[in-house]
Amino acid sequence: MVRMVCLVLVLLLSGGAAADVADVYDFSDRAQEQRYQNLTAELRCPKCQNQNIADSNAPIAKDMRNVVYQMMKDGASNEEIVESLVGRFGEFIRYKPELDSRTFLLWATPAIAVLGGLLVVAGVVIRSRRAGMESQALSAEERSRVDEMLANEDRSS
Amino acid sequence: MKRFLLFLPLLVAIVLGIVLFAGIGKDPTKLESALVGKPVPEFSLRDLHNPEATLDQSLLRGQVSLLNVWGTWCPACKDEHGDLMWLAEEKGVNIIGLNYKDNREDALVWLDRLGDPYRTVIYDPQGTLGFDLGVYGAPETFVIDADGVVRYRHVGVVNETVWEQTLLPVINDVQGNG
Repeated sequence: MVRMVCLVLVLLLSGGAAADVADVYDFSDRAQEQRYQNLTAELRCPKCQNQNIADSNAPIAKDMRNVVYQMMKDGASNEEIVESLVGRFGEFIRYKPELDSRTFLLWATPAIAVLGGLLVVAGVVIRSRRAGMESQALSAEERSRVDEMLANEDRSS
Repeated sequence: MKRFLLFLPLLVAIVLGIVLFAGIGKDPTKLESALVGKPVPEFSLRDLHNPEATLDQSLLRGQVSLLNVWGTWCPACKDEHGDLMWLAEEKGVNIIGLNYKDNREDALVWLDRLGDPYRTVIYDPQGTLGFDLGVYGAPETFVIDADGVVRYRHVGVVNETVWEQTLLPVINDVQGNG
């Protein structure tokens, strides 16, 4: 009897949990569905901050998914949808922040790092080449000594 | 030049240290509201106490007010309720409530039992105004100036410390400018 009750409870609870996660939305075609998936994947949930709104179970993420779906149905463009949510929740919810004066450093850091690296490499190469050139330039006296050494070597072997 | 290069790693470490140190102690879960400097979004919702009456954004004009977002499902709202009562009764603060994603009976029982610090309570069962305000976790408290413009948003409970160190300076600033 206890087992039966447990089983029923487990079924009920798991049913509830599953219903919690699944929002059922109808899309006219695959492309629309894909668009919805992409949009909800690139918007960040303000409550559970390391999840996008597609993955999050927070009520606010559910509301946001709802608004994305409704706005899509009303024919809004991706930019309009994202702008309207950013207007409410702030720039924070964009996983891809716009390029402006505040985010310039963020976007430019990889380029600056690569450029810096190239400069260092170029510096090292130029310096070693210069050092190489200097050692190449033998004076006439040195050259005659080298010739002599080599000649001796040949003879001894 | 060579001497300078020797100090470069130290310099980089110091700059990096300063940048990272600036971030220590900041709470990343508290976000600044996107509505700061913008008027309260338009709304048309019922009064919690009086289901016949419709409230709109003009409710928040005319004087500086605190807009407190709460719900009976929110444990932290219970924690701050006593402090809201203290603000309303002792300090004479004009507090407007936004009953967010709640139901009317529970909310009325709550106010009956714990006291009612609010001048008016907006009843928002669907959370539409909450959504437009960018509410992501109750309790949240907005400072609204006399023109109905959002000046500040505090996420989390309001207590004496928050009032004295955060909200009161903002309100004084708003009143000084207006």
